[in-house]
Amino acid sequence: MNDMTPPKDERAVALKGLGASRKRVEDVRFTQGKGNYVDDLKLPGMLFGDFVRSPYAHARIKSINSEKAKALPGVVAVLTAADLAPLNLHWMPTLAGDVQMVLADGKVLFQGQEVAFVVANDRYVAADAVELVEVEYEELPVVVDPFKAQAPDAPVLREDLAGKTSGAHGPRRHHNHIFTWEQGDRDATEKVLSSADVVAEEMVYYHRTHPCPLETCGCVASMDKVNGKLTVHGTFQAPHAVRTVASLISGIAEHNIRIISPDIGGGFGNKVGVYPGYICAIVASIVTGKPVKWIEDRMENLMATAFARDYWMKGRISATKDGRITGLSCHVTADHGAFDACADPTKFPAGFFNICTGSYDIPVAHLAVDGVYTNKAPGGVAYRCSFRVTEAAYFIERMIEVLAIKLGMDAAELRTKNFIRKDQFPYQSALGWEYDSGDYHTAWDKALKAVDYAGLRREQADRIADFKAGKTRKLLGIGLTHFTEIVGAGPVKNCDILGLGMFDSCEIRIHPTGSAIARLGTISQGQGHATTFAQILASEIGLPADDITVEEGDTDTAPYGLGTYGSRSTPVAGAATAMAGRKIRAKAQMIAAYLLEVHDDDVEWDIDRFVVKGAPERFKTMKEIAFAAYNQAIPGLEPGLEAVSYYDPPNMTYPFGAYICVMEIDVDTGEHKVRQFYALDDCGTRINPMIIEGQVHGGATEGYAIAMGQEIAYDEIGNVKTGTLMDFFLPTAWETPHYTTDFTVTPSPHHPIGAKGVGESPNVGSVPAFSNAVHDAFRAFGLTQSHMPHDHWRIWKVAHDLGLHG
Amino acid sequence: MSKMHITLTVNGKQEELLAEPRELLIHVLRERLSITGPHIGCETSHCGACTVDMNGKSVKSCTVLAAQANGAEITTIEGLGTPDSLHVLQTMFREHHGLQCGFCTPGMITRAYRLLQENPDPSEEEIRYAMAGNLCRCTGYQNIVKAIMAAASELNAVKEAAQ
Repeated sequence: MNDMTPPKDERAVALKGLGASRKRVEDVRFTQGKGNYVDDLKLPGMLFGDFVRSPYAHARIKSINSEKAKALPGVVAVLTAADLAPLNLHWMPTLAGDVQMVLADGKVLFQGQEVAFVVANDRYVAADAVELVEVEYEELPVVVDPFKAQAPDAPVLREDLAGKTSGAHGPRRHHNHIFTWEQGDRDATEKVLSSADVVAEEMVYYHRTHPCPLETCGCVASMDKVNGKLTVHGTFQAPHAVRTVASLISGIAEHNIRIISPDIGGGFGNKVGVYPGYICAIVASIVTGKPVKWIEDRMENLMATAFARDYWMKGRISATKDGRITGLSCHVTADHGAFDACADPTKFPAGFFNICTGSYDIPVAHLAVDGVYTNKAPGGVAYRCSFRVTEAAYFIERMIEVLAIKLGMDAAELRTKNFIRKDQFPYQSALGWEYDSGDYHTAWDKALKAVDYAGLRREQADRIADFKAGKTRKLLGIGLTHFTEIVGAGPVKNCDILGLGMFDSCEIRIHPTGSAIARLGTISQGQGHATTFAQILASEIGLPADDITVEEGDTDTAPYGLGTYGSRSTPVAGAATAMAGRKIRAKAQMIAAYLLEVHDDDVEWDIDRFVVKGAPERFKTMKEIAFAAYNQAIPGLEPGLEAVSYYDPPNMTYPFGAYICVMEIDVDTGEHKVRQFYALDDCGTRINPMIIEGQVHGGATEGYAIAMGQEIAYDEIGNVKTGTLMDFFLPTAWETPHYTTDFTVTPSPHHPIGAKGVGESPNVGSVPAFSNAVHDAFRAFGLTQSHMPHDHWRIWKVAHDLGLHG
Repeated sequence: MSKMHITLTVNGKQEELLAEPRELLIHVLRERLSITGPHIGCETSHCGACTVDMNGKSVKSCTVLAAQANGAEITTIEGLGTPDSLHVLQTMFREHHGLQCGFCTPGMITRAYRLLQENPDPSEEEIRYAMAGNLCRCTGYQNIVKAIMAAASELNAVKEAAQ
């Protein structure tokens, strides 16, 4: 090293690479109101589309008369299923192997279903015209209960499936049955359960809710008839998949379709699916030759696009008398609504729900999931979770609590006793997954210590005594959770969506002056990809993160990838970024060796440069190498410095965490106050601690909403009772708890930088923590299970039913 | 529908336009004046993404008619700072990771701007109460609160130094 070279640590810090709490590059535009969201887009001659929606949950359509609407000045077109049928676009494939009506074809199956699409030159005129479309309905019997939907005499919902005894996922045994998915060993599990010392049995319901990002779904479709190109700007979490699907169903060649995801105002799974609005806007643009914008309003968003959860999970868990778990059985009744539009990898109709053995070493297990149609909106998307992992984590974390009650054991001790041990990784679960790495005991002990668990239990015992003595009306709940996620879908050998393998990609171009652009197949919706992916790359190629532009979301420029959901960006595209960076470095090594006049093997990497082994004063920085790549003829090497990597992960990653919630509950009002929320996450290698912490705050707040009040509720005739933000609970700054975050680091052994992904962990982990706190407060008074959301009324009712109101 | 003649001052600039009596302020700002910082998140005044400052008060522009804003002085996120001279709230939101997807941010900062006029030295509790009309789905608010507190102390320090 010569005197001019800054020391290693200084050079590393200057890169703002892995581990730096780098401030986000995105924020510069967002804080100045210069984000570029789809509704900000204005194209010349642009028209506006709006939907006529069904007021009924189940009805036959006798007639649609759009004459009055068409006569309104400013109305350009009114599309119905009859208009789409000649193009074969009145139905569309769903991501789950089902089909879904784009516009109502003879009948409607849920309230808010799309019936007709009005196109006008102004959004006010479009809204007026919607009111002028006359639809005559004949009401049909409604089924909103997935159990009643399976009765022999239940109304037939999907007439289009008449006579079809098998679907995309095997046999159908009833006209409202979609699939049965089984994992594990049924016989062996039954054998263990039937002879166990102790068996706890419970129905755990994870209610229907909705991701509800602050920006609703929408698009601007623009068909350029001169050059035959279709461009669609939209709220797409998977732009490339949308392009391929759009090509397959429209017949437009894929190279003539350009999908652009601009800035996205939150996704949380809501923007993975393909919705009728996208199709109608595209058709309307083709028909009118003008750009057509469709932006759903909040009520449409909550009623029609992408609900989440709605899983009835019947569990049985067995153990020895001293609390060693011996077996687990789970049967799920999954309410999919009117069309199976889950966004799961094709071979997993219940997603990765078979992670439901959780963090525990359970020798034998069996899972069966029955998907069922009802007169509710389609969806079943992964609301900030990796394909039903949230449901699975809630299920097992409730079953552990129920088992602890049955055993008369402390729930923390029961967990400690049954965790998969560090030396058991890689761990083969009874339901078919290979957990990559974990150190659950260390995380758990750290968490219990951080909150002074023993002290909390003493305080709780005192509180119960005071309550019984009439000295207080408030109870104390301690909600425990240790969750294990499965994210980063996924290996192409078993993960695809509509046949598209779930790899991801990164393409890097180093510019001659030593800055770079990296393009990825993913798309940020607030996660800060432009910040963190540059950090991964900075550490790999030795150029400062500030000199690396990250670009996503334009299918004409970004390499093919499957998009951002299921915490897959860091595990898959992040890996592709590191691998592409390593290709750059490999070529840079050859260039450096040439410039230094030594053999390739005689130079070694040193943070931001290659140095001659044993002669540290002789080096070439990455910046110098970049310039040389463009200005020197190097024998045997092509000019330029670029690389692309398509990364097919060998396995999923398995982030985990320990969350503890301490909650005060007012027995007389049902009100609660979260006194403490401690969240320890282990997401492997930490790329940007500031962003990780932000993800945990946000995900835990979503979990707080879900556990404590948020739901999509229907009445018995299928009316949505929670269609606005008046009824659908989104917590404000006032109710939202304060969070303390913590971490351990157990890198993934198969990921190039050891990262596992973190975006969804807090949603997965916090829901059972909040819910377990409510349950725990009432444990001493005999409560075993009460369904979420635990709003004030439901908590009051629990207290009332336990006889606590005197 | 006969149109109304509306005059507004938006971010210091005089604007004149013809609007339908039913036309909403948010649409006038976004569609006619191309001021797209304020966003539409709910159209029922719950989420606050459309928050702007009107005559010295925070309003949700999705439920203010353009006609009601006739003659008003309006400030949006675009009027709070310039790229070369950011408002301290803009700086602090970035510094403290007070935003993620950015969709609520313009309304959030615009509301916080007014809050700090009303209460230059708010406690955490006062901030949480005063910001409750603005929803964020990404951050869990903790860092938003932090950013506003940091901005308040920075502004107060500047004020003290000037005195």
